[in-house]
Amino acid sequence: MGLETIVTSLPRLLDGLRVTIGLTVFAVCLGTILGLLLALGRSYGKRALSLFINLYEKIFRGIPLLVIIFIIYFGPSQIGFNLDPFSAAILSLGLRSAAYQAQIFRGSIESIPEGQISASYSLGMTKIKAIRYVILPQVLRLSIPGWSNEFTILLKDTSIAISIGVIELMRQGRYIYVREPDLALAIFLLIAFIYFLLVITTNKSLSYLEKKYRMAGYQTEAHR
Amino acid sequence: MHMLEVKNIHKSYCKVEILKGVSFTMEKGETKVIIGPSGTGKSTLLRCINQLSPPDKGEVWLDGEEVTNPKTNINKIREKIGFVFQDFNLFNHLSALRNISIGLEKVKGIEKEEARKRALEELHRVGLDAQAQQYPAQLSGGQKQRVGIARALAMDPDIILFDEPTSALDPELIGDVLDVMKSLAGKVAMLVVTHEMGFARNVADEIIFMEGGVIVEQGPPKEMFTNAKLARTREFLGRIGALYGEEETGG
Repeated sequence: MGLETIVTSLPRLLDGLRVTIGLTVFAVCLGTILGLLLALGRSYGKRALSLFINLYEKIFRGIPLLVIIFIIYFGPSQIGFNLDPFSAAILSLGLRSAAYQAQIFRGSIESIPEGQISASYSLGMTKIKAIRYVILPQVLRLSIPGWSNEFTILLKDTSIAISIGVIELMRQGRYIYVREPDLALAIFLLIAFIYFLLVITTNKSLSYLEKKYRMAGYQTEAHR
Repeated sequence: MHMLEVKNIHKSYCKVEILKGVSFTMEKGETKVIIGPSGTGKSTLLRCINQLSPPDKGEVWLDGEEVTNPKTNINKIREKIGFVFQDFNLFNHLSALRNISIGLEKVKGIEKEEARKRALEELHRVGLDAQAQQYPAQLSGGQKQRVGIARALAMDPDIILFDEPTSALDPELIGDVLDVMKSLAGKVAMLVVTHEMGFARNVADEIIFMEGGVIVEQGPPKEMFTNAKLARTREFLGRIGALYGEEETGG
């Protein structure tokens, strides 16, 4: 009976997996775009902007994800603005990830020597062009390792969306084991395995990207 | 009208005045070498000319345009002022070829294939045809600097500013870079901060001796080396000559 239930429940879990992947993709896009803008704003923006961004990063890194999700999901409904759980989860994961990603990107920006900007200016590039063609391509390459790490964390943290009723992988698993409590452990292990596979495969592809776009001569000893 | 006119440039960093009123002019195709002890403001002067560090006071004019005027489009002006850095500052993520073509493409708006062709010509000019696809980290210091010169040349500037172009190089690599610079003499104006007395003596039309943020003395190399008016100039040239040697390629 047990094995059979697990096999028949697989499609359910895959449905959940699809939602988990959806959450991850949307949240990571939001986090990366916003994170990059925050990092650039903090490094190249006016002082007031930089202070504001600093505050944003502090706030979102200082609050547990569960609290952020509750605030973003339940908060607006109190003033009559209802957010569906899926969007609320994406927003929460994305806004928090942006704060962490901004740190990753800023670290890369600061590691780029001042001379790269001077050289860009000396060719007649505007600040925007210098950032677009000289700084950003280097920042993105240098950020891949840190970014992969953040991506993995975000992927796993999508499971917290269960708390506001998003029907993702964990929630689908829950549907199964509440009906068959004896299978709880097996289902948890299966879910763990699915997450694990997902993380391993994405990490593999990201380290491939890292190798492919590595700046020649800039690899660290560990990579050789 | 002079091609380049630098008028009474003042520049301070952290309340220390580095440049205390520097003025000189340059003509088309002329080569001038700036010499002087370290910390005299030679590099600062170059960075004031292309506004990488705008001067606090004074004016810079290029081809009748006031570079220092805030209303001037500085990016347009910088296309006409090449800059060669002491530590090269090649774009680390781009091949030697792309280092040269990127300015043509993204600043001058030249089409990709044409930019590539022109970049290859510039690489040929500095003797680096074989290194086109190599990345900065794969090049020797001398090769990097020649790419740096090619990158500046490709923009077809009126003048190139050289900020101690050979100071970061091993002695045996200096010669190649100086040879490239020599080959440019007369074709494009060059303002060179250097300690290479051989280059100064043989290539410069005029030598400018700076100390303490001002120009102490200037004149043709022959006059400066054999018959400088001021004792301080003679002393400096004597000392630097002994230190760096005076043979053709310096080191």
